[in-house]
Amino acid sequence: MTLNLFYFLSFLGILSALLVVFSKNPVHSVLYLIITFFVIAAHYVLLNAQFLAIVHVIVYAGAIMVLFLYVIMLLNLNQEAEPHKSNLIRFAATISAGLLLLVLVGTLKGTDQMLVQSAAPVEVGLVKSLGRVLFKEYMLPFEISSILLLAAMVGAVMLGKPENIKK
Amino acid sequence: MMSIFIFKVILVVAVFAISLFMAAYSTYAERKVAAFMQDRIGPDRAGPFGLLQPLADGLKLFMKEEIIPTISNKFLFVLGPCLFMITALMTGAVIPWGDTLTFGGVSYALQITDINIGILYVFGVVSIGVYGIMIGGWASNNKFSLLGAIRASAQMISYEIAMGFSIIALVMMTGTLSLKEISVFQGGGVDGHWNFWNVVYQPFSFLIFIICAFAECNRAPFDLPECETELVGGYHTEFSSMKLGLYLFAEYINMFISSAIISTLFFGGYNFPFMHDLGLDANMITILGTVALFTKIVFFIFFFMWIRWTIPRFRYDQLMNLGWKGLLPLSILNLVITGAVILYFNK
Amino acid sequence: MQALTQRSKIVSNKKMTFLERIYLPAILGGVVITIKHMFQRSATVRYPEKEREFSEIYRGQHVLKRDDNGAERCTACGLCAVSCPAEAITMVAEERKKGEEKLYREEKYAATYEINMLRCIFCGLCEEACPKEAIFLTDRIVVTDYGRDSFIYGKDKLVEPIDQRVDVSKRQTKEVLEFKKQKQLTHNK
Repeated sequence: MTLNLFYFLSFLGILSALLVVFSKNPVHSVLYLIITFFVIAAHYVLLNAQFLAIVHVIVYAGAIMVLFLYVIMLLNLNQEAEPHKSNLIRFAATISAGLLLLVLVGTLKGTDQMLVQSAAPVEVGLVKSLGRVLFKEYMLPFEISSILLLAAMVGAVMLGKPENIKK
Repeated sequence: MMSIFIFKVILVVAVFAISLFMAAYSTYAERKVAAFMQDRIGPDRAGPFGLLQPLADGLKLFMKEEIIPTISNKFLFVLGPCLFMITALMTGAVIPWGDTLTFGGVSYALQITDINIGILYVFGVVSIGVYGIMIGGWASNNKFSLLGAIRASAQMISYEIAMGFSIIALVMMTGTLSLKEISVFQGGGVDGHWNFWNVVYQPFSFLIFIICAFAECNRAPFDLPECETELVGGYHTEFSSMKLGLYLFAEYINMFISSAIISTLFFGGYNFPFMHDLGLDANMITILGTVALFTKIVFFIFFFMWIRWTIPRFRYDQLMNLGWKGLLPLSILNLVITGAVILYFNK
Repeated sequence: MQALTQRSKIVSNKKMTFLERIYLPAILGGVVITIKHMFQRSATVRYPEKEREFSEIYRGQHVLKRDDNGAERCTACGLCAVSCPAEAITMVAEERKKGEEKLYREEKYAATYEINMLRCIFCGLCEEACPKEAIFLTDRIVVTDYGRDSFIYGKDKLVEPIDQRVDVSKRQTKEVLEFKKQKQLTHNK
């Protein structure tokens, strides 16, 4: 049952991820990306991480993708508006994508041993255990990432401020 | 086991039906309340006191000509209202509509599912609800619709943040994200001592939450996504027939659900004062509790309408100022103070 | 410059105080007002079941009166058309022939007399101008219709039938009669 569900969700996820890349209309791409995020959230639920699943939906599908959609709708991108891409850019894009693939394959190769360890108990995804892990074992990375977000926020405010305001 | 399954199915259908029923009669109540507040009578032609008005309205919407603009994306145009309606109906699954009923030794909880992250589920569904508006507005291929859709989504995202922060204070106090446990927490006579409703402990949180709820439901004074004076009809300008009906209907369902959530979070849910001192049968108390919950919900729906017919619409910059510069800092302040108080009392 | 009304308010852009800025007191005040209105009597009259009482001097659809013998009083002098601010009245005059004394009181009469009810503003100036007490406004309502042409009322609709006289005395209240005694209205006898 769970395994079949996993295969189905994986199929759906890969299909929608491919459609993100191949669909012509950018708005459709964003919508497929949203479906991809939902499928990933469903995978989290399969792994008993309900909290993570819901937060994933709220943050990615609910907030970030809305902003994406926003920008694309406002810019009204269509094929005529697409800038001409030079061969150099295409070459660079291929190289960087290939590098990313290399990194991904490299990391996925090392997951064999991890799978054995993570015979996850049922409560692993609950808010309580997650909070305990975050605030005890991973206290420093957690706080550092929050400072990173704060810095990003301050930067956004600085960029958004009109320059000629002086007091 | 089987009986519980059947009970759940019945409950799902019942919640679905009640949501639709409440939404239908909210449209009637809205018109009546508006009329009374303006010294008028309101609809009184269809049936006694106009009680069949929602049926007449629904029939009218079904019979109307359906227009799909030629240069619009047809699939997304249809998907928009459907998505909005689905997300509006989904939230009812985690709300505890009552305590447990016991028949023949089997206890049935009057809640479709008690997931331990109930509040977050509500937030997740609400944040997806934006897509219904955005997709519908964009697919209409109309500037007014697009502007309405963008306003709606900007407003909903902005107010979701303040709403979330106001709820965190509450969650810190109750120590749980499950709506059922929050309801139990507010019940009279847990551990032998009296627990007040959360609104007593968290008045600021309640205030921020209800203001944000107005904004999330696109209700006046924050109904900018559909403000007629500027945007014709906002995101549903191009919609007609039952697709428009779905949008309007889903808005009323949203109102009903948010009233239910406000009642559950801040006004004790299905608890009512002196419920354990009456010496009644447990099943009786459960039924009375459900009645109490619906009384609270109806009051809040009335409150939504009351505010709508009192306050003029905000300007867009006022709306954003209020959300980001007013409510968000206030909710964070409330959060910090709550944390400090909890720390002080637990020591 | 003199103010046009005494009710105009001077608008100032002063900064709002703290209490005004948090909106809540103002909202509370508004909410109290609306809830008070919920318990007030509604001004609606449920129309088909209950008709609204007309004012005594209500000015509705016109009537062209006949005299006691049943002859039309109108002499087609055109004063009503001249006095009409909306220019709603037109008429064609004709001379009375022998044998028509029973039909028309004066030697000249209106062969056609038309009022465009869409232009008419029901001011009653025609009634005031009429030297023969021929035209009156009554408490009847001009019925609605779909076409514009049907709102041009001819003599068939305006002249009162002999057997169904239209009562215009209702509007002639004591105050109206007193008003008509004024010198500039002496022609109106």
